[in-house]
Amino acid sequence: MTDLHSARFVGANRVGRRAALRTAAAAGLAQLASPFILRGARGDTPLRIGMIDPLTGAYAAPARNEVMGAQLAVSRLNAAGGALGRPIELLVEDSANDVGTGVQKARKLVERDHVDFLIGDVNSAVAQAIAQVAMENKILHVVSGGHTDTITGKDCKWNVYRVCNTTRMESNAVADILFKKYGKKWHFITPDYTFGHTLQAALEVNLQRLGGIETGAELIPLGTTDFSAYLIKARAANPDVIILLVQGQDMVNCLKQIVQFGINKEVPIAGTQQELESLEGLPSEARIGTWMFEWYWNQPGVPHLAEFIADIRKVNKGRVPTARHWFGFTSVMTMALVAAQEKTTDAVKLARALSDFELPPEVKLQPNKVYYRAGDHQLMLSAFIGQARAEGKDDPDDLFAVDQVVAGDAVAPPVADTGCTLHWPA
Amino acid sequence: MRESGRTHPAVLAAIWVVLLLAPTWLGLVGGYTALGARVLVLGLAAMSLNFLLGFTGVLSFGHAAWFGLGAYGTGLTLKFLAASTPLSLLAGTLLGGALGAALGALIAHRRGIYFAMVTIAFGQVFYYIAYRWNALTGGDDGLRGFSRQPLAIGPWRIDIVANGVAFYYFVLVCFAAAVAIMALLLRSPFGHTLVAIRENERRARFLGIPVEFHIWLAFALSCVFISFAGGLYALLNNFADPNNLHYSLSGDLVIMAVLGGMRSFWGPLLGAALFVVLQDYVSSLTTNWMSFVGLLFVLVVLFFPRGLLGVLRGKSPA
Amino acid sequence: MLQLLLFNVTNGLIIGAFYVLMALGLSLILNLSGVINFAHGGFLVLGGYLAYTLTPFLGFWGALIVAPLLTAAIGVVIEQTLIRRLYGRDPLYSLLLTFGLAYIFEDVTRYIWGAQGLPVTIPAFLGRPVSPTLFFITYYRLFMVAVAAAVVLFLFLLLRHSRVGVRIRAGTLDLETVSTLGVNVGRLRTFNFALGIFLAGLSGVLAGGQLGLDSTMGAGLLMPSFIAIIIGGVGSLPGTLVGGLLIGVASGVTAVFFPSASEAVMYVLMALVLLARPRGLMGEEGLMT
Repeated sequence: MTDLHSARFVGANRVGRRAALRTAAAAGLAQLASPFILRGARGDTPLRIGMIDPLTGAYAAPARNEVMGAQLAVSRLNAAGGALGRPIELLVEDSANDVGTGVQKARKLVERDHVDFLIGDVNSAVAQAIAQVAMENKILHVVSGGHTDTITGKDCKWNVYRVCNTTRMESNAVADILFKKYGKKWHFITPDYTFGHTLQAALEVNLQRLGGIETGAELIPLGTTDFSAYLIKARAANPDVIILLVQGQDMVNCLKQIVQFGINKEVPIAGTQQELESLEGLPSEARIGTWMFEWYWNQPGVPHLAEFIADIRKVNKGRVPTARHWFGFTSVMTMALVAAQEKTTDAVKLARALSDFELPPEVKLQPNKVYYRAGDHQLMLSAFIGQARAEGKDDPDDLFAVDQVVAGDAVAPPVADTGCTLHWPA
Repeated sequence: MRESGRTHPAVLAAIWVVLLLAPTWLGLVGGYTALGARVLVLGLAAMSLNFLLGFTGVLSFGHAAWFGLGAYGTGLTLKFLAASTPLSLLAGTLLGGALGAALGALIAHRRGIYFAMVTIAFGQVFYYIAYRWNALTGGDDGLRGFSRQPLAIGPWRIDIVANGVAFYYFVLVCFAAAVAIMALLLRSPFGHTLVAIRENERRARFLGIPVEFHIWLAFALSCVFISFAGGLYALLNNFADPNNLHYSLSGDLVIMAVLGGMRSFWGPLLGAALFVVLQDYVSSLTTNWMSFVGLLFVLVVLFFPRGLLGVLRGKSPA
Repeated sequence: MLQLLLFNVTNGLIIGAFYVLMALGLSLILNLSGVINFAHGGFLVLGGYLAYTLTPFLGFWGALIVAPLLTAAIGVVIEQTLIRRLYGRDPLYSLLLTFGLAYIFEDVTRYIWGAQGLPVTIPAFLGRPVSPTLFFITYYRLFMVAVAAAVVLFLFLLLRHSRVGVRIRAGTLDLETVSTLGVNVGRLRTFNFALGIFLAGLSGVLAGGQLGLDSTMGAGLLMPSFIAIIIGGVGSLPGTLVGGLLIGVASGVTAVFFPSASEAVMYVLMALVLLARPRGLMGEEGLMT
């Protein structure tokens, strides 16, 4: 595994054009060598981005991919001269999937390292806690990978933008397709915490609108390893489709057991958010079902995509980028682009400028218009709907066949329904 | 404070000067104020644990549960009951203390490894309650939506909400009050009895000391202190998290006590400072910080079982 | 409803059998050496990962045998270099040492095998259900039960009829006397430790086939073993067996009616047992109280 903290070397280690970076790299090295030095004048200091993600613990795989994506963005930017004429430095901290640690690291980045921006976290709870610290200190914060609706809903903040989806966007993206394809009797397998509850509720709204029936819902405690009790019940309810909302390792275990029990031969399996990380963790026979990806690498004809894939392969043992790589990449790019456009690091000005800010083709790497909605600061990114594949077609990692790409603003609920009211500082 | 004697006044003064001036010198050596507050809070937690471990000789490996209960008690009070920092701290302390006292009664007559196992297991009960009871505790997402409140003392209002330095001093005052009470307890006849039980339980029993009752009381008091620390932790983060109750935090607290020296009053604070700073520093340098922390455990156990203060003093082996 | 209940009791017994397998290893080490091996979950994960690496060369069956043996060998090295120094000292120290080792295990396995969860391939015929009605009983699960049963039988024969087994049992009750009788206690403990770690590695391989591998999975699997031991009574292997099956069934049945309490129920059971019978269901009077 590449040491993620090599980013402290200003991400310049893999890039050729180093002249402009020499000072920054020296500063970075000096800091690494003797961290307890008094920091001098900040005249030529780099633009600092603090990134907090759970590099250890249950979300380590997606978190490390986000960091890898962010590092790629930093090295590309620095190769082109940085932003605002300053090199960019990425400071990566491990939240260890723990809110207390996450808050501590946020304060460290703000108080000690004087970062200009914050990125993070995969864990929604940590992301919201960081957002609080960021707001107290008036720092622009991009949530890279936490999906809880409230981040761009009732707890939205003027300084917080989010790259990944909300649960309601996910539900709206898949509901009609699943209904048409499989029928009207749905049975839910839902993780028993806020994320799962809101996801299920959002799907229920759609199901009702479409005139369908819910045959039941199994609430699964997080970290469940044995799903037989729930699958016995789900099968007995005789639904048209089983909707799997559990995530990560829980999804891996649930899918494996579904396949072992042969349930998928009787009832189709589908769900909302699926990730390449999870599919890769499954034996091939368990890679089944209809899902939504937030971003997928195999999109023929999308400009600049091949370059991105090639760059990630170089640092990812030849593997393709996942949605998490793109989240990290886009988070950094967003900040650099808006800072360059506004020629300032002032958080309030930048946050204002990000309202309805559209991502250029070399960043968005997907069809449709992709922009941060002004009303709730949510990125309107496309939803990729399709089928999981047992074996890769063009590449061992091509485990998903995209049927349809839906624009983000077509599936996002209107701002008025998100519960978000932004309070800007005077 | 030494075992039964006192810390040299000069040393004592030095400790307090260092703590009082922390916000000024921390920044100069690459630290930050919030780190200082964290050291104080976890230091108090480790000292509370050591009240039981070092001075009564009873190994609880599930003390994070009471720490976390204090945090949730404080957070829930601020969120649902009263917008008052002192009141919420009191409520958190009472919640953890009361539950600790109740469970302590159940297990006070167990010893050694069995006591350790039972405390871990019971600690995990509360972890699972916090983790699963979504409606009340927020489950895996943790308890959010509360914030420490400004202090109102007579006509003055002290802003400990946005001002990190003011909050540090608030924590320091709380810390001072708690350790003062702890020191008084240990210096009282009750404290001497605890040490007597630790040194030779059988003899203490022959002397007619109600050993079980004393161990229970020490356990309950230790829970009260650590719940108070947990309450401060909730205020520090404006958040309570199921991880606050998990046994891995219990392990971290025990190693802090042992690392600093569990036979000395101030040892756990020193251990907490070293542990917190090391973890904070190493985890910024490498993703493999867990190996360093694990190695610290191994090295302490093999080479510094009496802790740093124990080594410095060269006193009789633990 | 009755069928559902019956399904879940059966299912609980299957899960319980797996808890037993893990807990027996932990119990062996605790009984003879007085060490609560917090790194047991770490050894378990290591066994699973070793099997993952070995499977392409040895196949599933080869890996099933070799991976636990390798794990046990690593266990012996750790016992010889680190843990044996702590025998006879306050249990605090062995607890802290193995706790630290658990940190290192998690980190090292993640470093070597990556943060991404890994699937373990099991022979295809094991992945099928026994019958359409009993679809939740796959041959793999039956196989896990069979392994657990074989291990229990093996341990019973070993402890009852072999010389080393009798010594281990005697040592559990009174190590001093065993030592004065001329038994090399150090070697006995090493063998016993290796046996315990072998069982951890074996559980790891089996768990990998069922759940896949993830460097963080060890900690989650450790706690049920603890509870099985406390319920059964420290010092009693049959107790551990009963305890493991009991919590398996209890959590299996609870999952039907009140899923969010399916873990808490183990702890409730433990509290009830401790209240009614402080030394555990089959614990020896006076031992470790």
